[in-house]
Amino acid sequence: MLQTIRSNNRLQLFLGLLVGIGFGFLLQKGGVTYYDVIIKQLLLQDFTVVKVMLSAMVTGMLGVHVLRSLGLAQLHPKPGGIGRTLPGALIFGIGFGTLGYCPGTAVGAVGHGALDALIGGVLGMLAGAAVFAAVYPKLTPILNKGNFGPLTFPQLFKVNPWILVIPVSVAMAGLLYVLERTGL
Amino acid sequence: MEFLTMDRWSPYAVGIGIGILSWLTFLLSDKPIGCSTAFARSAGLLERLFRGDKVNDKPYYREFVPQIDWEWMLVAGILIGAFVASVLSGQFQWSVVPDTWAAAFGTGSIPRLAVSILGGFCAAFGARWAGGCTSGHGISGTLQLAVSGWIAAAGFFVGGIVTAMLIYRVIG
Repeated sequence: MLQTIRSNNRLQLFLGLLVGIGFGFLLQKGGVTYYDVIIKQLLLQDFTVVKVMLSAMVTGMLGVHVLRSLGLAQLHPKPGGIGRTLPGALIFGIGFGTLGYCPGTAVGAVGHGALDALIGGVLGMLAGAAVFAAVYPKLTPILNKGNFGPLTFPQLFKVNPWILVIPVSVAMAGLLYVLERTGL
Repeated sequence: MEFLTMDRWSPYAVGIGIGILSWLTFLLSDKPIGCSTAFARSAGLLERLFRGDKVNDKPYYREFVPQIDWEWMLVAGILIGAFVASVLSGQFQWSVVPDTWAAAFGTGSIPRLAVSILGGFCAAFGARWAGGCTSGHGISGTLQLAVSGWIAAAGFFVGGIVTAMLIYRVIG
C-alpha cells in the first residue's frame, strides 16, 4: 500500500502540493512569513521563530521515530562535512539576516503580498542558486573536505535512537517552558 | 471555523502542525520536508530556457536535475497556503518595505530591495553549499538527529544573529 503510494509519481506531485499548502498556511498563521517577526528573532527580541521550530522538531522527532520503530518510515539524514556544513550554514545565516526570510518563508511572504520577498528573496535566491551551480565544480574540493556522510547522533554514539530522542525532546520542551516563563 | 480567520495562531500549535506534516511526508512520500533544492532546480529550469539542453550537462544539474519534483510542488504549495491563510484573515497586503526596516532605514523601496537581493543571493548560495536550509536542515535534519542538521541549524542562527545585529545595532 505505502509502496504503491510512494512510487506513483503523479500522486507524489499532488501530495507535495498538499503538504506545501498546509505548510504555507501554518507558516503564515504563525507569523513567521513576516520580515518583522524573523528579524526580531535574530535581534533576540521575539522568540516566535524559535518556538515554532522547536515545537515542530519535538513533534516531528517523536512521530518520525515511532514510524521508524514500527518499520513504516526510513530516515533520510543529509550528508555533512567540515568543509560543507558549517561554512555553508554561516553564508546562509548572513543571507538570512540580510534578507529577513529563509527560502520557504520567502515564498510564503510572497503569498501575502511581500514584494521584497519576491524581488529580493525569490530572484536573489534564484541567482544565488544559479551561481552556486556554476562554481560548484571549483568548490568541490572544499565541499568534500572532512566529509562524514549522512551521519546521525545515535550512529555516532552507537546507541538506540530512543536513548537520544527522549532526552532531547524533554530538553527542547524544557527550553520552550523557560522561554514562556521568562516572557520571551 | 473561526480559527481559520484568526490573525495568528499560537506558535506551539503551528509548530506541532508542521511536525505532523513531517510525519506525513516520511510516511506517504518517504521524504523529509525541504525547500532550497527547489530553488536550485528552478534556477536550472530557467537557465535551460535561455541556454538550451547543454545546461543539463553541468555537474551540479546532473546531481540536481532541473525538473519539477515533489519538493518543487511543496514550495509552490507554500505560496498557495500562505496566500489563502492571509486572505482568510484579511491580512493579504502588497508591501515592499517592512515596518522594522522602515523605522531604521526609512520607507524608500530601492535600499530595501537592493539589500534583500543581496540577502537572497547569500541565502541560496549558502543553502546549496550546506546542502539545505532552515527547513531541510533546521527542522527535518534536527528532528532526524542528523549531525549535519544540528551543525547547520547552529550556523544559520549564529550567522543570522550576527548579521542582524550588525545591520540594526552598528549600521542602523
